[in-house]
Parts: sequence; structure tokens; C-alpha cells
Amino acid sequence: MAATFELNDDSVVVVIGSGAGGGTLSNELAQKGVKVVLLEAGGRHEIEDFSNDEWGMFGQISWLDKRTTSGSWRVAKDFSGLPAWIVKAVGGSTVHWAGASLRFQEHEFKVKSIYGDIPGANLLDWPISLAEMEPYYDRAEDKLGVTGTHGIPRLPGSNNFRVFAAGAKKLGYKDFHTGNMAINSQPRDGRGACQQIGFCFQGCKSGAKWSTLYTEIPKGEATGNLEVRPSSQALQIQHNAAGKVTGVLYADKDGKQHVQKARVVAVAGNSIESPRLLLNSASAKFPDGLANSSGQVGKNYMRHMTGSVYAIFDKPVRMYRGTTMAGIIKDEAGNKPERGFVGGYEMETLSLGVPFMAAFLEPGAWGRDFASAMEGYANMAGMWLVGEDMPQEKNAITLHRAEKDQYGLPVPNVHFDDHANDIAMREHAYKQGSAVYEAVGAVRTFRTPPYPSTHNLGTNRMSEKASDGVVNKHGQTHDIANLFISDGSQFTTGAAENPTLTIVALAIRQAEYIAERMAKNEI
Amino acid sequence: MSKSVMGRRAFLATTSGAIVLVAGGNLVIGGNGAWAMSTKALTGDEAAMLVRMARATYPHAMLDDTIYGKVIHGLDEKAASDPALLRSLQEGAATLKDKKFETLDEAGQEAVLKAIESSAPFQTVRGECVVGIYNNPDVWKVLGYEGPSAELGGYIDRGFDDIDWLQDA
Ligand SMILES: Cc1cc2nc3c(=O)[nH]c(=O)nc-3n(C[C@H](O)[C@H](O)[C@H](O)COP(=O)(O)OP(=O)(O)OC[C@H]3O[C@@H](n4cnc5c(N)ncnc54)[C@H](O)[C@@H]3O)c2cc1C
Ligand code: SF4
Repeated sequence: MAATFELNDDSVVVVIGSGAGGGTLSNELAQKGVKVVLLEAGGRHEIEDFSNDEWGMFGQISWLDKRTTSGSWRVAKDFSGLPAWIVKAVGGSTVHWAGASLRFQEHEFKVKSIYGDIPGANLLDWPISLAEMEPYYDRAEDKLGVTGTHGIPRLPGSNNFRVFAAGAKKLGYKDFHTGNMAINSQPRDGRGACQQIGFCFQGCKSGAKWSTLYTEIPKGEATGNLEVRPSSQALQIQHNAAGKVTGVLYADKDGKQHVQKARVVAVAGNSIESPRLLLNSASAKFPDGLANSSGQVGKNYMRHMTGSVYAIFDKPVRMYRGTTMAGIIKDEAGNKPERGFVGGYEMETLSLGVPFMAAFLEPGAWGRDFASAMEGYANMAGMWLVGEDMPQEKNAITLHRAEKDQYGLPVPNVHFDDHANDIAMREHAYKQGSAVYEAVGAVRTFRTPPYPSTHNLGTNRMSEKASDGVVNKHGQTHDIANLFISDGSQFTTGAAENPTLTIVALAIRQAEYIAERMAKNEI
Repeated sequence: MSKSVMGRRAFLATTSGAIVLVAGGNLVIGGNGAWAMSTKALTGDEAAMLVRMARATYPHAMLDDTIYGKVIHGLDEKAASDPALLRSLQEGAATLKDKKFETLDEAGQEAVLKAIESSAPFQTVRGECVVGIYNNPDVWKVLGYEGPSAELGGYIDRGFDDIDWLQDA
């Protein structure tokens, strides 16, 4: 049975955000007998509430609170009020995610040592290695039921994949398949197999795709150690004179404010809200915000080098039939500086429905040329390009000077400029992506610019030294022993891979650490 | 658009793009008489001009004017309680009237719109159209998109991998 805890119960761990990081951490702690209150800003919408409706689902559960943008990135022009596509609901962005679940490569944990000094890039090695992460990757893959790992068969290839794979083969690529997906290819863990519905971004109606909403969270609740409070947005983390955090001020669905006392606080609001919350929690003792002695809170915002290639053929493809992202070419993922940039990128199949295609294919475009592209929709194939981007200190989440949200708190501004390395990589990726489709007869290809960021990373980064970053190798803030960061904002650098498997692996590892320290009364 | 006129009948009358819009008072009538809409805030002439603008912005010969009319109808409803929006739409219609927009061919119309591309009236109509047109199930059918599939059991048994023209597949 789901637990309920008193507001003044100061023995609980308060987790903020119920997505990949916070949802996993909450369950892992609850399984170990630790009492958890999980505060989630969004509502609780179960599978029955999902619909195969792109704009409908977007409007229902996206984080649409006011945000501003700046910088030379194209998103600031195309989607100035929507820098990121993040879910505000129980389950967080794991409700909308596509399920691509990849491990980082060994070198991606130590890029400063390997890439050297790149002008303008604030590179740093992670304080952990792939070898240390491997057992946790194993557990994360098992938890998510990742295809192509642990003897779980891969998904069958859809039309969109078959075009992609045929092009890859023609081009001489070797390492391509239907991916490592957190989508059941056969029934597993009480959930059925993928029905190839094709609306993975709208919430999986069959539950085949892993989401904390219907895995971690109910499992945690079943222990009797976890209370989930939906529609409860954390506004401020409070601390005592000794500099330990003591509780979280939050607003309930009616806007009424409460303080939940806490023994430990773990922040997992994704990489825009997590640093914003630390900055908005500034006090006389911590005038620059909590855990910010390094000055790195909110800095080094990464969003992956991204872009898409769509191609029109003279015969039908019907890419929308089947999983949204089950297809990958990995040949470009390694670090091969001879291509003119450091780091690498993945090519992953991607399909959008007509409503989203119209908005995203070429944002702002209209006229005959655009209309004729839409008329080619049934004959279209598509892929997403995702690669390592360079952390830059000036790319940052900051508090807006004038704009306030519904609680009177400063809204976040998201500043981003592409690094020269990002631009060179994108150019290469567009060229290769187009070549894949041209190899099998594409009559027209499109270089689609980045969507609002789905991979938001790095704004509370992990570092060996307290002066270089915000958290240590366990996600524990360098400054405050009982304050943790449990989402992708911990990432020291971004790697080429989709981030969620790593977020989950870090959360599993962090839960062990927190439970151990609590047992030893060290926090 | 009153439901009775804007219903199924409109779609039975599939026509080419060459529809003559007849406007007068607060009524817009498709050239073949198959559909009509009455407006709340805009005049019939203004609404008819905006329907032409919508079509010229996303020109699909295979789409009936009804599709574009629906979007302008939605804007008219909003404008009834939003004076700033109404002024903007009126301004847009007046600009096109000055240019004798209805007499121009497609390329001529595109050139006129290009010149006002960054104006508020154009961006308002464009923004409304890009959702209003492409989020319309009747348009999906024409473009060959099958829409929601969960109720039908997904595509697992309905052709998710049925491509038959790939040599390597
Ligand atoms: C369309 C889409 C497709 C994606 N596909 C993939 C993929 O294939 N593979 C992959 O690896 N990743 C994918 N991602 C990214 C993936 O969803 C994220 O990396 C992951 O969910 C991030 O986990 P998180 O815990 O950091 O944040 P989230 O999962 O976003 O969860 C954050 C939660 O915190 C809540 N919150 C924020 N602030 C507060 C506050 N102040 N108080 C209370 N609650 C708060 C939010 O409402 C939200 O529920 C995709 C994302 C999207 C949008
Ligand atoms: S394609 Fe598969 S994973 Fe995606 S929504 Fe459908 S059933 Fe779920």
C-alpha cells in the first residue's frame, strides 16, 4: 500500500521529480526500506488517459510554464518560448520518450584527457569510469528490459527501419540494427509486447515501453515506503544554520504552500528546473544559490548535437507504422578526429505524424515547396542525428531578471550557442544521413533543424574537485552532504548516446550510496 | 461555420483548388455552393480573402476550400472576443485586397505573401493554418496518413513492415 507521511516527518528522503532519475531513485530507496516522499509538479495521468494525438498529448502533459531563450541556436528563433520538450507529469519525460537505451563508450567518460584542450569548451573527465558503471548499466538494462541485452530479442524492423538499413548497407556501414530499446519485444515484467502502434512520443498505450509511471512508481508504492504527491511543485529547498538541508517548500494543486521536512533531499527536475530550484533557493548563507560554491550551477548546459534527415521516395514507406525510434546506425559514434570534429554521433530512425511533421520539418516554412513536401508524407523515411556536444560555460540556465512564474519566482532563461565542433559534426551527420537515403533512391532529402531539446544535460555537473563542479561521483553535492542531484544535470559531458539509460544507472548507484550513508548515520 | 452546411456534404463535393469564393454580408460561400460559413467578426469579403491567403500559404490542389475555411472560421471566432486579433486580420485582408490578390496566379500570390511574410497578420494566419490544416483527419486521409492506431491494435498485424519495393530488404 502506498504510504502517507506527515509534513513534519523529518526522517524521509524527499525526491523532487518523478522521471527517469527521480522515479528510479524513489523506487530503489523504497525497496531498501527507506521512506520517500516524491514531489511531482505535474498530474498523474495513467495509460488510459493517453491518446494517439500528437498535439493533444503535447498540450496535456508537456512542461509549458514560461521559459525564455537566448543565444544563436536555431531553437531560440523557431521555438523562442519552448527551449525544451520535457514532460510535467508523474513519470516525467519517460512518458514521452522513445526508449533508445545505450551505454556510453569508454572514452566518453574521460574526454578531457582524450580530446585535449578544445577552445571554448569547458571539458572535464567524469570522476567515474565505464568499468565502475558497468554493473549498474547491467542492472539498468535489466530493469528497463532493453532489447539486444540480457538475451532479450531485438524488435522487428518497421518500414522506416527497412529503408534506413538498406541505405546503411549500400553505403558500407556495418553496425546497424533495430537498436537497444526499453520496449518489450516479448512480454516481460508484467507488461506486454510492443504492438507497433507508432505513438511512442504520446505515451505507450500498450505499456510495452518502460516508463517510471507504470513500473518504478507503483513498485515503490507497493513497498509501503513511498508516497507520491502529484501536482506538487517544489519552490525552494530550505536549510539550517549548519548548512544542512531540512525540507522543501512546495505548492499543491490549489497553489497552497507547504513545507515537507526531510532528512535528505534529492533533486531530479531535469536540467532546466533542477539548477533553477537551486538558484531560487538562495539564502543569506548561500547567496549564489544552494551547492553553488563552484559557480557551476546552471552552467555547461548541453542538449546534444541534433538534427534530422527526412527523405521522400517515389513509392510508399509509411514510416509512421510501428515504433518511433527502433533503428540505429552506430558506425559514426566513435571518436575519429580526422572527420574534422571530436566525438561522434548516432543515427536513429525517427517518425513524426502529419501534425508534428508540419510543425517541425522546416519550422516557419510555407508555400508551394513546403506543401509539396507534405504531399510526399506517405513516401517519407526519417532519422534523427544525435551526437556529443561541447560543454560551454556560457551555455547556461539563469534566472530571468523580470519575468516571474505563477508562484512569483523568476522564470529560467536558457542560453545556448552551438560550438564550432557541434556545427562541424552536424554538417557531417546531415551529409551522411542524406547519403543513406540517396543510396536507396531518395528523390528529395531535407535537413531538418533541431527540435526543442529533449536531452537536457550538464547543469549541475559531476566533478572530482569541488571547485570544478556541483556534485561528486555519487551525485552528492560537494557543498551540502544531504543534498543530492539525481537527473541528467549531473552529466559531466554528454557523450553521443541518448542519456536515459545512464541517468537510470546513476540513480540505482546513488540509491545504494544514500541508503548506506543513512544506515551509518553519516547523513 | 454552421454544422448543417459544413458537414459531410462539403466533403462529398470534392473539387480542385480552383474554387471561386462568393462573399457578401457576413457569409462566405464556396463557388460550387457546397459549403458556406457565416462570420461573427470579419465581413464575408474579409473572410473570403483570408481563405485565399490560407490556401496560398499551404497550397494543396487536392484539398477542398472547406479545409482552409475551417481555419479562418476558427480565427473569426477568436477575433470576436479579441479586438487586437480582429484588427490584425482586417489589416491582412485589406493588404491583399489592395494587391488584387484574388486575380493573381499562384506564383503572384506567393510573391505578395513573401513581401508580408514577417507581418503579424501573415504569421497569425500561418501559425493557425499549420496546426489547423495538418491536424485535420480529413487532410490526413488525403496525405495518406492513417492517424490513431491503438484502437485498431497498432500495426503489428497491419503492415508495419510491408514495404515491397526495396531491393535489399
Ligand atoms: C519526445 C522525447 C523522446 C525521447 N526519447 C529518448 C530516447 O529514446 N532515449 C533516451 O535516452 N532519452 C530520450 N528522451 C529523453 C528522456 O526522456 C530524458 O533524458 C529523461 O526522461 C530525463 O530524466 P530526468 O529524470 O532528468 O527528467 P524527467 O524525466 O524530465 O523528469 C523530471 C520531472 O521533474 C518534474 N519537476 C521539475 N521541476 C519540478 C519541481 N520544481 N517540483 C516538482 N517536480 C518537478 C517534472 O515535472 C518531471 O516530471 C526523450 C525525451 C522526449 C521528450
Ligand atoms: S510502438 Fe510499441 S512502444 Fe511505441 S507506443 Fe506503440 S506499443 Fe508502445
